[in-house]
Amino acid sequence: MNKIDNNSINYNKVFKIVSENSESSLKKGEIISILFAGVGGQGIILGSAVLARAAINAGYDVKVSEVHGMSQRGGSVEGSVRFGKKVFSPTIDKADFIVALEKLEGLRYINQLEKCGFILINSYEIYPSSVSSKDVQYPVDIESRIKEITGNSLFINAVEIAKGFNQIKVSNIVMLGAFSNLLPFEDENWMDAIKESVPGKAIDLNIKAFLAGKNIIK
Amino acid sequence: MGINEKIKLLTGNEAIARGAYEAGVKFASAYPGTPSTEILENIAKYRDIYCQWSVNEKVAMEAGSGASMAGARTLVAMKHVGLNVAADPFMTLAYTGVGAGLVIVSADDPHMHSSQNEQDNRFYAKFAKVPMLEPTDSQEALDLVKAAFNISEDFDTPVLLRTTTRISHSRSIVKIGQKTELPVKKYVKDSRKYVMIPSHARIRHQAMMERWEKLKEYCEDPGYYDIYIPPKSSKSFSAAGIGIITSGISYQYAREIFDGLPILKLKMTNPLPENTIREFARNKKLILVIEELDPFLEEQIKLILPGTAVAGKEYFPEYGELSLAHMKKVHSALFGIDFFAGQDEGNISLNSSSFTKTVSVAGISRKENAALENLKQLSIKKLSTDLPPRPPVLCAGCSHRSVFYILKKLKVAVMGDIGCYTLAVLPPLNYIDSTLCMGAGLGQALGMEKADPGLKNKVVSVIGDSTFFHSGITPLIDNVYNNALGLIIILDNGTTAMTGHQVNPGVGKTLMGDDAVQIKPEAIAKAAGIKHIRVVDPYNLKKLEKILREELARNELSLVVCRRVCALLQKKSDAETPTIDPLVCRQCGVCMKFGCPAIELRDGSYVINSSNCTNCEVCIDVCKHKAINAVKR
Repeated sequence: MNKIDNNSINYNKVFKIVSENSESSLKKGEIISILFAGVGGQGIILGSAVLARAAINAGYDVKVSEVHGMSQRGGSVEGSVRFGKKVFSPTIDKADFIVALEKLEGLRYINQLEKCGFILINSYEIYPSSVSSKDVQYPVDIESRIKEITGNSLFINAVEIAKGFNQIKVSNIVMLGAFSNLLPFEDENWMDAIKESVPGKAIDLNIKAFLAGKNIIK
Repeated sequence: MGINEKIKLLTGNEAIARGAYEAGVKFASAYPGTPSTEILENIAKYRDIYCQWSVNEKVAMEAGSGASMAGARTLVAMKHVGLNVAADPFMTLAYTGVGAGLVIVSADDPHMHSSQNEQDNRFYAKFAKVPMLEPTDSQEALDLVKAAFNISEDFDTPVLLRTTTRISHSRSIVKIGQKTELPVKKYVKDSRKYVMIPSHARIRHQAMMERWEKLKEYCEDPGYYDIYIPPKSSKSFSAAGIGIITSGISYQYAREIFDGLPILKLKMTNPLPENTIREFARNKKLILVIEELDPFLEEQIKLILPGTAVAGKEYFPEYGELSLAHMKKVHSALFGIDFFAGQDEGNISLNSSSFTKTVSVAGISRKENAALENLKQLSIKKLSTDLPPRPPVLCAGCSHRSVFYILKKLKVAVMGDIGCYTLAVLPPLNYIDSTLCMGAGLGQALGMEKADPGLKNKVVSVIGDSTFFHSGITPLIDNVYNNALGLIIILDNGTTAMTGHQVNPGVGKTLMGDDAVQIKPEAIAKAAGIKHIRVVDPYNLKKLEKILREELARNELSLVVCRRVCALLQKKSDAETPTIDPLVCRQCGVCMKFGCPAIELRDGSYVINSSNCTNCEVCIDVCKHKAINAVKR
């Protein structure tokens, strides 16, 4: 599988710590908030549906906020999932986790990350329409900017992994697989969630994509 | 909880559809509109409910009224501005009442995620003296739809179920129930109830007032409100003598942040339960009303509680959406406690030494911590602002793009409409002069031409296929009747694209998948007497320009149908993606002004992104230097 360039950090250990922290927060009755950020059409709604279903399967109350309509047409979009013992607001203030399906969108939404939150970024670039002249450039230093803002970040080349399945569309599920390392859910919670959320003939592909994401650092 | 067949994670809209099914609804109608669209799309999954897209909300409500008269439980759904279109039948339906239950869903859009205004439709319920229910999550949406049908039949009135975007488009856990089997009641003629001539309407208006008095008693039923009392052990501020009254999504924000205060949650918000409100307010020094948009509850509660301090819009804006962040600010303002303090330990914190930038702040005084935090926020601001914006755009291969590209070249005023093509107002096309409401452009163009003859041949109106059927036909006839000389352009992409590709009368299919007559806008124009009608494929840029120039110059009314199916519904052609020849390209940037998201500026060169390109090949004609080439094999 793909190598991580941040060799100096032992992500196995990091994931274990974060996952344990999530578990103890949940035990205290706190709510975990996840923000999905990306570009309209990247599969944020499906990604959040699978995560939400996994949270239900793990025994939590859950709420999801989706965006439909005008902003879907290639614009910057966000969606959120919150789970815990009891959830009230479906929308978030600060995110404990951000899952960004596109690099620039990861940076755009990072100010919503909780001080000790964690951000996973798909190192994939989709040029917005505003990058159309030499005055407006797609920033070349997104990775270093994000790392300067927070060390709690991990870049994943999910599109490359998805291409291995000849299905660039499943990069959202690859990202979710990687993210699953940060949450205290059982594997079967996730597998059932995928089966409940995608059409029958797509289940195998999505499970493979999920596992490829999950095993990214092993 | 585990996996259970009865436990579903539903959006508010899906839950409303489920509620309609369980209530035994037999007829449902709507016109698509965000955030209401998925209600009918989900009702269509229940094969034993007849459902339809109507051409507009007015017809949807009229058809619904007929179905209710015929004795079938009926649901009609629309977005907030749709109720403006349907206001005419709605206001008088409040007089006639119903046959079988009639529930109207109004899905409002505070913050205008996908709308032209953020009007507060709760006033429609008050205006029409129609009972109104407001769910706070998907479970309540399901339950209240069922309750609404009972109210409708018990009180002989249409009932308004009002949601907002965050109710319609949020998912929460729902326990589904059983379907109630209800036969269609037999239709009974009753002209004094249904024929609203003045002598009958005067009697019905009195009946409506009697019903209103009964509803004012009925709404005190504990099934239509909940009272939250904070546990004594919690950080309770109830000693402060403050109580909250709220409804809808605002309840969720209030309940999460103000969990130390008693909260009266109203599920029925028209009429208001005056006794319940008085009882709740007893011994309280201040009632804080938390609601989005207008002070609908607040103004009424102030009248109900003349001796009590009632606050609301001092703390919460009359525009946009509320949020947790805003609740926290108000909480701090009211109690002088920094809501953000002491939150750090609670959430996920990392102690691993590898995380140098986000180490735990233990051991640093709060003052130092605050200073550090300010510095950090400044650095985040510096690093994450001034990013290139990413507004929504017309898709790669969108057939609307060529039309606006040519109209810009022709320097005409463009009276617009509502649909994906409204995005042509954004850069780089920036080329629409007006968007008011559905169908408005045709009338506006007529008015401009008549007001200033100098604008003759310099104004066009554009309208989509679905919007043409919605409300473009009457202004088209008005143009013909009043001897307008302008040019009407129909952007026919064979679908209702913006709301997610619903069928319409031009498609030849119904919501339930049956075949239907495919109605052509040009046939309607011909029947109305327009002499000059032309149909063009907007992918043919040269022909499109020629036709638009000719029809614009003409001194008679003409209509051009630009017909090409939505790019998202087309199969990508097998042709290879065109390429930009870097040796021929003079970097003039004209291709970027066309605004196709598949054309990108990468490392100083213009390139076509093959994964985004649909191979429509329109850009080939956009480049003056012939630098864009179709790949020939």
